[in-house]
Amino acid sequence: MEKLLDPIRLFITRAQREVTAGRSMSPLHPFWVIVGKEMKDHVRSWRFIILLSLIGLTCLGSLYTALNNIGTPKAGAPGQAGNFFFLQLFTATDGTLPSFIVFLNFLGPLLGIAMGFDAINTEWNRGTLSRLLSQPVHRDSLLNGKFVASLLVIAVLFFSLTFLMIGLGLLFIGVPPTPGEFFRILSFALLTVLYVAFWLNVSILFSVRFRQPATSALTAIAVWLFLTVFYPILIRLAMKAFAPDPGPMAVLDGSIVGYQRTVLNLLRFAPGQLYSDATTTLLMPVVRSLGPLTMEQVAGAIPNPLPLGESVLIVWPQLTGLIAATVGCFALSYASFMRREIRAR
Amino acid sequence: MREPMITISGLSKSYGNFMAVDKLDLTIYRGEVFGLLGPNGAGKSTTILLLLGLTEPSAGQVSVCGFDPLLQPLEVKRRIGYLPDDVGFYENRSGLENLVFTARLNRIAKEEAHFRARKLLEEVGLIADADKKAGTYSRGMRQRLGLADVLIKAPSIIILDEPTLGIDPQGVREFLDLIVRLSKEQGITVLLSSHHLHQVQQICDRVGLFVGGKLIAEGDIDALSAKLFASDRFVIEAGIACSNGDPLSADRVMLLADSIRGMEGVGSVSFTEGTFSIGCDRDNAPRIARVVVDAGYGLMLLQKKKYGLDEIYHRYFEGGGAYGKTA
Repeated sequence: MEKLLDPIRLFITRAQREVTAGRSMSPLHPFWVIVGKEMKDHVRSWRFIILLSLIGLTCLGSLYTALNNIGTPKAGAPGQAGNFFFLQLFTATDGTLPSFIVFLNFLGPLLGIAMGFDAINTEWNRGTLSRLLSQPVHRDSLLNGKFVASLLVIAVLFFSLTFLMIGLGLLFIGVPPTPGEFFRILSFALLTVLYVAFWLNVSILFSVRFRQPATSALTAIAVWLFLTVFYPILIRLAMKAFAPDPGPMAVLDGSIVGYQRTVLNLLRFAPGQLYSDATTTLLMPVVRSLGPLTMEQVAGAIPNPLPLGESVLIVWPQLTGLIAATVGCFALSYASFMRREIRAR
Repeated sequence: MREPMITISGLSKSYGNFMAVDKLDLTIYRGEVFGLLGPNGAGKSTTILLLLGLTEPSAGQVSVCGFDPLLQPLEVKRRIGYLPDDVGFYENRSGLENLVFTARLNRIAKEEAHFRARKLLEEVGLIADADKKAGTYSRGMRQRLGLADVLIKAPSIIILDEPTLGIDPQGVREFLDLIVRLSKEQGITVLLSSHHLHQVQQICDRVGLFVGGKLIAEGDIDALSAKLFASDRFVIEAGIACSNGDPLSADRVMLLADSIRGMEGVGSVSFTEGTFSIGCDRDNAPRIARVVVDAGYGLMLLQKKKYGLDEIYHRYFEGGGAYGKTA
C-alpha cells in the first residue's frame, strides 16, 4: 500500500504546484472542449448516420425529379426569368415528388429535433450532469456548447449537401451557375441552417424541461406537427368567420386584400411558413412580393427578376422572425436551466 | 493555526415547507477528514450541493477557500473534487477518454491530461481497462474511476457523497485507506457523507451528526458521546438474582431500583428480564455492585458499555428518544 501510494503523492504534489503556478492552463477554453466532444458524439451516433442517409436520399431524389422537369435553358436577355436556370434544380418538380425546398421544410425540423431532444436530460439520467457541472465550467457553456456543436454539424451537413447538388447539377446540365445564382444558393443554405437551428433550440428547450428523452422528443414532434399541419387549418377555419362578402365591393374597398394579408400574417407565426416564404423568394428571383398584390399594383410592372439584394430585403422580416424565435427558445432554456438544482440522478 | 477551508454560516435550504437544511453552521479545516453522518434524507447531499453551488441556499453564507460558490462558482469548482453518490460516465467512451475530458475541462493541456489520466488509472487499478468503454465497468470500477476523476484536477478539497455505496468490504477498506492517506500526506481536506457509521468512525477526524436538516452535534467521537450523553455517558448492565434462588419479586426490585436511582451521577434506570440498565455520567460500576449485594441479591452480570457511534446512531437516528425510554 505504502509503495502504491508513493507515485500518487508525487503526482499530486506536482499537479498542485502546477495549478498554483498556472502552468497547466491550456489555451483551449472548456467551452470548446465541450463543443469538440459533442460534435464527436454526434458524428459517431447512429441517429446522425440515419438522418444523414435520409437527407442524402432526399437530395438525390429531388435532384432526379428536378433534372427530369427542368426543361432547356431559354435563350434570352440575361437577367430574365429563364436564365435563373440553375436555381430550378432546387425548386423544379413535376408534382410526383416534392422539390428539394419542400423536402427540407419537412426534414429540417426532424433533423433539428433529433439532434437536440436528449441534449440535457440524457446527461442528467446518466448521472454525468452533476459530474460535468462540478468542473470549472459555466452552466451556459454547457448549453451553448451543445447548441453550437449541433449547429456546426448541421451547417457542415447542409453546405456540403448544397455543394453536392451544385456539383451534380453542373455535371448533368452542363450550365454553370451565375455568381448571382451561386450567392442565392449560399443564402438558401444559410437560411436552412437557421431554420434547423430554430428546431434544434426548441428541442433543447424540451430536453431541459423534461426529464425523459422520450417525452421531450414527442413534445417537440407534437409542436412541429401542430405548427406545420394543424395551425394553418385552424387559422383558415377561424378566419373564415371574418371573411368579407365576396363581391365587387370587397375588391374595391380593399377588404379582400386586407383579409388575405391578415391570414398570411397569422400563418407566419409558424416557422415553416417563414422558411418557405424566405426560400421561395431567394430561389425564385421573379417573386417580388410575399403578400397579395392587386391588379393596379401589378399593372405596368415588368416581370423582371429581382437582384439578390432586393430579394433578401423582401425576406428580411421572415429572417428576423426566425432569428427572434430561435433566440426566444434559447432564452427560455437558459431561464429554466441556469438556476436549477443539479442532483446526481 | 488551523486554516478553515469550508465555512458555513446560517445556511438554510427549504423546498416548499420542507426544511432540507436548517440554519447550519460548520467549519472544516485544512487537512481534515470530516464525516457527515446521518440517515437518508437528513440533508447531507443538499448541503454538499450548496457547497458546490449546484443549488441555491434559501438563506445563509457558504465560503469555500474564501470564495462564494454562487458568485465565484469557477474558483470554487476548480478547487473541489466532487464524487456524487451515483457517479455517471459517458458510457460510449473509454475510462481514459472520460478522464481526459474532465482534465481538459479543467484546462489541462491534452498531453498532460493523457499523462495524468494514465497515471491515475494505474493508481486506482484500472489501467488494464483504460480503453474499455465506461459502460462495461462494474459498480466498484466506476467508483474507482470516479476517484481518479476527482483527483485528476488536483483538488484541495474532496467531497465524497456516499462513496462506498455498493462496493464490497475489501474494496471499501482500500478505498477509504486511499482517501485517508491522501488527506494526511497531501493536506487534502476531505468531506465525506455517509450513513455507514462504522466507516465514518474508522476514518474521520471529526464527525457531524445530521438529522432532519440540523447538525445536532459535531466533534470527534469522544467529544460527541460526551456531548450527547452528558448524563448517560456510561451504561452499566447489572444482572441480578435472588441469592437463594427464589424468583425476583417486583416490589423488592422497585425498591432496589429506587436506591440505585438515588446514587450520585445516575441518569436513567430500567429493568428487564433480570437485568438493570443504568445510565451514568461516570463509572459507577463498583458502587452499583455494592448496592446490589447489600440489598441481598446475587450479582450475575456486571458490564460497562461505553458509547460508540452505534449507540449514538440508534439513539438519534432510529429511536429518536432518549436511552432511558428505549432501553
